[in-house]
Amino acid sequence: METLDQIKSRIEGAFPGAALQIIPNESAAQQPSLVVDNASAFAVARWLRDDPALRLDYCSNVSGVDWLPAETTTKTKVKKLVNGVEQEVEEVTKTARPGYLEAVYHLYSMSLKHGPVILRLRTLDRAEQNQVPSLTPLWRGAEFQEREIYDLFGIRFDGHPDLRRILMWDGFVDHPMRKDYVEPDDYDYEPTPHDEVLEKAQKHQGTEVSA
Amino acid sequence: MDEGLRSELSKQGVFTTKLTDLYNWGRKNSVWPLQFGLACCAIEMIATTMARYDLARFGAEVFRPSPRQADLMIVAGTVTKKMAPQVVRLYNQMPEPKYVIAMGACAISGGPFKQGYNVLKGIDRFIPVDVHIPGCPPRPEALIHAFMLLQKKIYAQTFTGAARPRFLDPAAPSEFPVPAFGEHDLVPPSNPAIWRAPKFDREEG
Repeated sequence: METLDQIKSRIEGAFPGAALQIIPNESAAQQPSLVVDNASAFAVARWLRDDPALRLDYCSNVSGVDWLPAETTTKTKVKKLVNGVEQEVEEVTKTARPGYLEAVYHLYSMSLKHGPVILRLRTLDRAEQNQVPSLTPLWRGAEFQEREIYDLFGIRFDGHPDLRRILMWDGFVDHPMRKDYVEPDDYDYEPTPHDEVLEKAQKHQGTEVSA
Repeated sequence: MDEGLRSELSKQGVFTTKLTDLYNWGRKNSVWPLQFGLACCAIEMIATTMARYDLARFGAEVFRPSPRQADLMIVAGTVTKKMAPQVVRLYNQMPEPKYVIAMGACAISGGPFKQGYNVLKGIDRFIPVDVHIPGCPPRPEALIHAFMLLQKKIYAQTFTGAARPRFLDPAAPSEFPVPAFGEHDLVPPSNPAIWRAPKFDREEG
């Protein structure tokens, strides 16, 4: 199979408007992934499925990722005038990255026996603009997994034929796999509490709880 | 009946017993469990019924697919909050006298998933449990042990008096409230009539 860079340049040739970005993976897996913008994601995915050299006809799994808002600090050395003398000063710049949700698709080809190509779709934020296009019309097997991601992470998949909760009940509020999910406070009986559970039990029952 | 007279009669070939004993002997050897499993403990429950462990030796081989025909509910596996109302409803549909064995760490306390967002911290919060089995999962021997304990309990039950079992007390409930799905948890999260958080004094140090 071609490398992801080659695939990316071919996609850019086929879809000049698509905004693509390769996320390198430095770990032992060495599997880079491709971020596709939401507007062209569906067309790009269909192209990946139908392209004769790739024929990624099998979507092995869809996962959700919750990225909280984060702040990255970068230190740069800048020459500045301090008290009339030019000195090298370290300047710290903080860049705030808004939080977003991500759906990751692992695509393989059964007919050509290669893969995976990893697609990432990102929502704009974690609250109102939480849509990504659904790829269920292309790979039917993604249907339940997209429903699960909708249920647990709260990504809305536009174009999904039947987007309902699948694990939690219909009246459930919130999405339990999000990192800022607040669980119900039912720590009224903890016979062997420790660490986090001990803190929560003490918060619920008072300080007489001990490990 | 005097124990000496009874032994003397049995030497003469006359068998005597009490009606309670005869009735309970029949009941304890024909307990039909409800056929349902919730997780991996159900595999051990199935193994218990098969030839190697053979629960049929204790008269419990007839797993009934309908709660109307079952005497015993073996809660085998993780009870999720989504499944808990259905488990309580099945229990309510069973005719009295009925018994419950909570099998495995999940069914008795939530087990390894206790702090999960969708796992009930023990089925005894909603239905009365007769025997709890720890283990993850318990071995078939443990289930058989629990079953023998239940048989002992059934055999010791009396028909009258203050200690008579629930099914012979017209005032005692046969059905228990089915919890509703709330916004984050079951409503109510437990049935206070049958479950309260146990209080125990811990020694300092």
